[in-house]
Amino acid sequence: MAGQTLAQHGKIRYNQGAIRRDMWVRKIGKFGLLFNPVVAYFFLWAPILVLIIFSFNAGESVSTWEGFTLKWYGNILANTLAAGTEAARFSTELMLSSVKNSLIVSISATTISTIIGTMVALSLERGHFPGKKFLDAVLYLPVIIPEITQGISLALFFKVIFDWFSLQSPDLRPTSGFGTIIIAHVAFSVSYVTIVVRARLSDMNPRYEEAARDLGANEWRTFWRVTFPLILPGVLAGALLAFTISLDDFVVTFFNSGVGTTTLPIFVYGLLKTRVPPEINAISTLMLIASTILVGSSLILQGRGADKQ
Amino acid sequence: MAAVERRKRRGEKQSGFLLALPALLWLTVFFLLPVFIVLIVSFMSRGRGGLAEMPFTLANYERVFDVFVIVIQNSLWIALLTTIICLVVGYPLAFFISTRQSSRSRTFALFMIMLPFWTNFLVRTYAIQSILGREGILNTFFQSIGFIIEPLRLLNTPEAVLIGLVYGFLPFMVLPIYASVERFDFRFVEAAHDLGANDIRAFLRVVFPLTLPGVIAGCILVFIPAIGAFVTPDLLGGTKGIMIGNLIQQQFRGSGNQPLGSALSIVLMAMVMLALLIYIRFGDQEG
Repeated sequence: MAGQTLAQHGKIRYNQGAIRRDMWVRKIGKFGLLFNPVVAYFFLWAPILVLIIFSFNAGESVSTWEGFTLKWYGNILANTLAAGTEAARFSTELMLSSVKNSLIVSISATTISTIIGTMVALSLERGHFPGKKFLDAVLYLPVIIPEITQGISLALFFKVIFDWFSLQSPDLRPTSGFGTIIIAHVAFSVSYVTIVVRARLSDMNPRYEEAARDLGANEWRTFWRVTFPLILPGVLAGALLAFTISLDDFVVTFFNSGVGTTTLPIFVYGLLKTRVPPEINAISTLMLIASTILVGSSLILQGRGADKQ
Repeated sequence: MAAVERRKRRGEKQSGFLLALPALLWLTVFFLLPVFIVLIVSFMSRGRGGLAEMPFTLANYERVFDVFVIVIQNSLWIALLTTIICLVVGYPLAFFISTRQSSRSRTFALFMIMLPFWTNFLVRTYAIQSILGREGILNTFFQSIGFIIEPLRLLNTPEAVLIGLVYGFLPFMVLPIYASVERFDFRFVEAAHDLGANDIRAFLRVVFPLTLPGVIAGCILVFIPAIGAFVTPDLLGGTKGIMIGNLIQQQFRGSGNQPLGSALSIVLMAMVMLALLIYIRFGDQEG
């Protein structure tokens, strides 16, 4: 009787040690799981918050608070610094023209890539033709290949083409510009459109299309009356993704832009590389607001599409 | 009837191909062909103004593996470190997000990860630049509490590049792991506990293996853009934090050496493809 109790006692003590250790592990794990997100979110947000706060700083410093002001926003809006004053380190006019260039490029590239991307997504999901696997692989490449490789390979390609053109007729001197940037942007954004639209298409029940055909609609009518309305949220989400990526692109544009086709990222890069004007924080804050609105509407669009399913 | 059916199917085949044609042509002419040109130029000699010239040569690759091998090693090392830090920070973070109770708070937690990520990359890099700079917030703060007297050199170092890359690519790690953890059935953990496993064992033997596809996808998504980074080392690294991307850019601006830059690009592409092959071999076993 006494021996049994002793044995039990020993056993329980041993277990308690293991349990105590396991409880400690669990406590540390729980602490880590709470501590990690706090640090991570702080890390992600601190730089942006600093940027926003110091866009209202009266001084030009990015670290010492010297009082509240709206003058940097005022400068951007009123264009006063472009007048050639001593402090004219930043030109609103140049910035606005770069915004305009960015919009021209992104809207054109998004339009083209949304159309041909939706087409190729349809053919990959619904069609059967030789070389489909090859096309599928090629479509993923622009997402994978480093941006810098895409940028320089297109720059080399355009150089070869332009040299060939000038050899054919010396009067013709094509240069890099909107054409080359838009071509480059379509080349990488078409993949993103295809991926998003394909996901939507594979979720869609093909019976709807079969039903339309059974009711006598031809391919064209079936597409516009049945398929397209059903995949429209996917097409819009794909277009918005392509637009955002195109608007944000720096590296590929950097190697393929010409004189007078400076886009907004190229303009910002120029500011950072040469003379950082105090307005930069205000510009960044405005860009942050613009992208928040874009992403917010994209999420709402996708959410609405998902609800309908 | 069978003939009609066959004709219909053949018609579909054709229309399917025609639909694919514009994108196929675009990618062939403006993507595959340019990459092929880079491959050819990488075997040519340097001519006037850094342009490519005839005799074919292997000299560019010899130089890449001779003079620039240090930069390639450094880039690999920085990209690997970026991936590891993103994994260590991102895995618990993805866990935290997917274990929120309501779907609304999960969406909000994800949105808070995504929003900085959707901000212009240059702007985000500038934000880090202004924090790490000589007169940045960190140096000013440490000086004001008397921790240091002279400002520390934080910017223009490999460490600054590392911080910038982790900052830029952390969401790429969190999202695929989140997708994995989201699908994970936590009853497996209960089963493991009932069978006598403690938390560590349950994690190592059950949770981690089952979320491994997400982990590997995340690692690939971080590693690939990190190894080819150009903007981050350019703005944060200075001369000390140079990476392959900067070397390539230098060869293509002004009178550089385009064949050498092409050879560097091909090596970069080969490394990316290698990483991808590893992914296909080990990561895609689920699907």
